[in-house]
Amino acid sequence: MPSPSSETPNARRAFWRGYRNALPFVLIVAPFGLVFGVVALEAGFTVSQAMAFTIGTYAGAAQLAAIQLLTEQAPLAIVIFTALAVNARMAMYSAALAPHLGQAPLWQRAMLGYFMVDQTYALSAIEYENRPRMSLGEKVAYYMGVAALVWPTWVAASLVGVIAGNLIPDWVPLGFAVPIAFTAMIGPMLRTMAHVAAALMSVVAALLLSGVPYSLGLILAALLAMGTGALVESWMVKRGTWT
Amino acid sequence: MSATLTIWVMIVLMAIGTFLLRFSFLALIGKRELSPRVQRLLRYTPVAVIPGLMAPQIFLPELGESMPDPAKLIAAAVTLLVGVWTKNVIAAMVAGVAVLALLSYLM
Repeated sequence: MPSPSSETPNARRAFWRGYRNALPFVLIVAPFGLVFGVVALEAGFTVSQAMAFTIGTYAGAAQLAAIQLLTEQAPLAIVIFTALAVNARMAMYSAALAPHLGQAPLWQRAMLGYFMVDQTYALSAIEYENRPRMSLGEKVAYYMGVAALVWPTWVAASLVGVIAGNLIPDWVPLGFAVPIAFTAMIGPMLRTMAHVAAALMSVVAALLLSGVPYSLGLILAALLAMGTGALVESWMVKRGTWT
Repeated sequence: MSATLTIWVMIVLMAIGTFLLRFSFLALIGKRELSPRVQRLLRYTPVAVIPGLMAPQIFLPELGESMPDPAKLIAAAVTLLVGVWTKNVIAAMVAGVAVLALLSYLM
């Protein structure tokens, strides 16, 4: 992580502004990291495996999806493909941030890429829009300010989850923790009717196709659901009901 | 492949694959743009994958059972509704776990 003190005063200010703006997200990232740690432990991961996974991939929903499919004995290729599908939105973030950050040196762009999560993307996109005169250095510094809070929070919470998972009493129904965690994620995702339609198609198709071997049914269901979401969105655009 | 090796291979491939997705357009220095049609599809990836991933866990009966577990159905419904209502993942999670714990205590 570049030290903010080696940059200009404006970049230093941007770094700390990013750090401060990320503070509310600690309340979301930390419990989620705990859940991942506990679930990884329950699935039979060692501490080093769980930490390598959480640092290497650094994307909670995809990590939980991969663990869920691993425990269902899905083939490795399906595990990877499905979990990466959860992360495919990152390519969209990357495309959205490229006009702002694309001129940074290659090593910086690689670093920005690694730290790209929902929070760094969302906060930076808003900041760059609100302050169109930010320099490249300030933009990078702001982004890294967000990352400097979110990343350590995520990693530390995962570690606490793995270590503390053993202390959770037996009556807490952990076996159902992953479906609960995923279901909890769905509600806030349902921002438009297009999202609702995609979610419904995903559920119905996944249930109907659950007999398809190698968990391929889920991938087919996801493709149908993506198409449904995009289709409903384009209808809404045509009818002028898309905001 | 042993279970340990499978986990490590997955960890490495997930790290590489996720990094490539994140780096993709930053690597191209903004020279290329994603077509609006592709962006429109990508917007729905999480909401297309995650509900389908958990639906069989909730709605299909477990091995040896003929009916889905009503406690899980109720807990999942509460989790979803609290999530829709509060837009807060953690509040929804806590509500779901609390309901599930209560129901498994009562039943």
